[in-house]
Amino acid sequence: MSEQYRIIGKRIGGLDEKDKVLGNVIFAEDYTLPGMLHARVFRSTRASALIKRLDLTRAKALDGVVCVLSAEDVPNNESVKNVVGQTTEVGLLEATNQVLARDRVRFYGEAIALVAAENLDIAEEALELIEIEYEDLPAIFDPLEARKPGAPKIHGDNNIISAWKIRKGDIEKGFAQADVIVEKSYRTPRQEHAHIEPESGVSWIDDMGVVNIRYAAQVIEHYRDVAAVLGLPDSRVRVIGTIIGGGFGGKEDITVEIFLGLLAWKSGRPVKLTYTREEMGFARHKRPPYYLHYKTGATKDGKLTAMEAKLVSDAGAYVYLSPWILIYSTVHATGPYFIPNVKVDANSVLTNNIMTSAFRGFGGMEVAFAYESQMDELARKLTMDPLEFRKKNFLKKGDETANFQTITSEALLPEAASKALAALGGKGKGSKHKKVGRGFACSWQSYGRMTYLHDTSNAWVNLEMDGSSVVRSGIPDLGGGQRESLRAIVAEILGLKLDEVHVISTDSQVTPPAGTVTATRALYMSGNAARLAAENVRKIILDQASAMVGVAPEKLKLKSKQVYLAENQAGPENQAKKLSLVEVIKSCAAQGKIPQSLATFKAPFTEPITTDLIRDPVFADFTFGAQAAEVEVDTETGEVKLLKYSTAYDIGQAINLNRVEGQMEGGAAQGIGFGLMEDYIEEEGIPLTWNLHEYLVPTSKDLPDIETVVLESRSGKGPFGAKGIGEPAITAAAPAVINAIRDAIGVRIYHVPATAERIFRALKGKREK
Amino acid sequence: MDVICAGKRSITLKINGRERSLEVRPNEILLNMLRERFNLMGSKYGCGIGECGACTVLLNGRAVLSCQILAISVAGQEITTIEGISRGASHSSHAGTAPAGTLHPAGTLHPAGTLHPLQAAFIEEGAVQCGFCTPGMIISAKALLDKNPDPNNEQIKEAIRGNMCRCTGYTNIISAVKSAAKRMLKE
Ligand code: FES
Ligand code: FES
Repeated sequence: MSEQYRIIGKRIGGLDEKDKVLGNVIFAEDYTLPGMLHARVFRSTRASALIKRLDLTRAKALDGVVCVLSAEDVPNNESVKNVVGQTTEVGLLEATNQVLARDRVRFYGEAIALVAAENLDIAEEALELIEIEYEDLPAIFDPLEARKPGAPKIHGDNNIISAWKIRKGDIEKGFAQADVIVEKSYRTPRQEHAHIEPESGVSWIDDMGVVNIRYAAQVIEHYRDVAAVLGLPDSRVRVIGTIIGGGFGGKEDITVEIFLGLLAWKSGRPVKLTYTREEMGFARHKRPPYYLHYKTGATKDGKLTAMEAKLVSDAGAYVYLSPWILIYSTVHATGPYFIPNVKVDANSVLTNNIMTSAFRGFGGMEVAFAYESQMDELARKLTMDPLEFRKKNFLKKGDETANFQTITSEALLPEAASKALAALGGKGKGSKHKKVGRGFACSWQSYGRMTYLHDTSNAWVNLEMDGSSVVRSGIPDLGGGQRESLRAIVAEILGLKLDEVHVISTDSQVTPPAGTVTATRALYMSGNAARLAAENVRKIILDQASAMVGVAPEKLKLKSKQVYLAENQAGPENQAKKLSLVEVIKSCAAQGKIPQSLATFKAPFTEPITTDLIRDPVFADFTFGAQAAEVEVDTETGEVKLLKYSTAYDIGQAINLNRVEGQMEGGAAQGIGFGLMEDYIEEEGIPLTWNLHEYLVPTSKDLPDIETVVLESRSGKGPFGAKGIGEPAITAAAPAVINAIRDAIGVRIYHVPATAERIFRALKGKREK
Repeated sequence: MDVICAGKRSITLKINGRERSLEVRPNEILLNMLRERFNLMGSKYGCGIGECGACTVLLNGRAVLSCQILAISVAGQEITTIEGISRGASHSSHAGTAPAGTLHPAGTLHPAGTLHPLQAAFIEEGAVQCGFCTPGMIISAKALLDKNPDPNNEQIKEAIRGNMCRCTGYTNIISAVKSAAKRMLKE
């Protein structure tokens, strides 16, 4: 693998990791400024109510309190305007997200007021002194009920905020051709991101009157949202992103940045705001819960004939990215299979629950749980090997998806599934009450944003006089090594060592706009932009060298700070036939040809979607893969022990093999949590799982060794043929585990997570039958 | 909620091998003391309620959650943080020293001494993603290896069970602890 590269595809463990193991990284919370205030947020304790009275007098009077703000202090109290891509059936979304709740609260935990004080203890005390009176309003918590005409309305006069459809072929005819049909309903939970680093940041006004906000940001472009709220020109707000201590979509929507901007602007002092763990638990968006109903048919020789899916997601009390997540679900609903007749209907519905929005897997993994459960049951009904059955239906390069998009890269699904299964090794035996079973699941997930968003990314690369290089790119580093990938790409192309390349990233006023670290787009988009810029710089150097030595530039090679005549680079006898890079740079400078380049990479552009019917390509490309699990289920208690686990993806081309495996391992772990243990519970809109001893995420004791199998088709749209892996890595985990449980005990779990209690009940139900 | 009490007390303790004296508030949390008074930013605040392990430090060689301990209660004892385990690495962190408005590239590489074998192994085995759990994780692993130089998988899992990592699946972390143990046994 990757022999032709010096750096690309190798295990790069170095500069970024060294800072981290030393504890030297200056994360968001680690930053302090002289005279800095400490902030806290006052939040609603009602799920649906009018605010009858809000009195800040006593809080403001407390010694040490500098600033207390409510909705009336916010210049423009709306954030996140309309959501691009919403369509005719439910109308264009004029989002009504309030920065601070004005007259009405719509979920438990909604922000109402902000306090900044000399220290955190005083800020805490001030929260206690804020007086509020509510008048409860009717509320609705069940998205299926909320769709009905008589349901209480959250905003406007329709709780359905989004509706998407797919229609392909003739669904009736498809089911008529089927010899077996499986029809089932599924449910997936709200999931909490539970990144270990809380949302945090520091803001200050600099000596030029610019509002600076240094925070853990997946989207530094939120400087525009802050500017809009403050009523300032965009150019007066600057976001400096930090190395992020995990995000997974949790730091994608607005978190602390607007509050920080407001408090610094109003107080004139630097301000720090860090969410408490409880606040992360109940005040920040979650993964949307889904209700899924699937009907899938196949012929007796195992060809899929038709699939119908109805999807409903709970958007919670505010719109956020729910309509987009729902498009993902709709497009990915078939799974990575060619199905001639498809019908999908999807809705996202407002309720008085905590708002839902981005989370790794973004609509793709909820449907994966359903479609892969369906595939497993179909194989059983057909008494076919589940892999052989899938192989008859896998999407291949050149096939068309249900929304009529042609797959233009390799889809190494058969290889991924066989390798994931093989990686499990020999099967365990179990005992009377401990049944061992195996399962696997395949999945697909897009990388890159939806193509109608016309995504671009910029990067700037240069060569310094000594031959070292600086890269500037706005892309944030989410913890996945996004910054390091740029270093590797530029070092590879310019023939430099890794530590000869320095990357400046994620600063809205210093680095060229590179877009968000979301949608598995960072490597694809900013990696390509850095590649283009580095290639331009290399060209400047080779052209100049060519003029200097009179050899065509194609014959020259740049390596180890030397320009070689390509065919002569090997032998020491040809040492004379090279030029030092520094000489070439000097010569460039003397002629005003500065070796630098600002490059823009453009994703494919498509027309905006204008109807609810999705019938055109929506994504640039997809990543395909499979995960496999071996479980042991205790039939007396319902407890599941994961014995073995493997994950195999075609990632196109690894840039840093360590980080690829890291993403795959971590994605699997998070997906296993979603499938087996993570359950964010709300009762009548009141969250009950605020912290990490109530909301359980996998610990070292819950997981087996995770085997990773990396396949490289080099067919992706990213640099060097790479595909994205961040989100794809999570999608197949839950169905793999659920299929393994089914294999072990003969009972299928339709509502994840498959907690011991759910399994116990399912087993009891089976015994009673 | 913490109540602010006036009565400060002087304490003396050892932090990363150096004797330190200071006045602490009776309700001052050890984690905050390390971060705010000594600029030892490597110990992280991840929850403040004893659930995540990001604040783990060594107290007389034992791994403890510094967010759950009052500074006053460790008077006369010995604390080791991530900054204290690399051999010859500088104990100071320059967090927070950049003036307002200057470019502050996140995660600058500092001149440091030799890495502890655990630190080196975490890098080599790909045990680091975002790195937020890493200092606490390494501290817990060090407490284990100091007691049990040749642990098996289960013992490693047990030692780090209180250290949550949301980015990895622990597999590479466990390999890193094993490989560090091997290296240390040879030394
Ligand atoms: S910060 Fe101490 S356990 Fe989380
Ligand atoms: S590496 Fe991110 S939490 Fe462990």
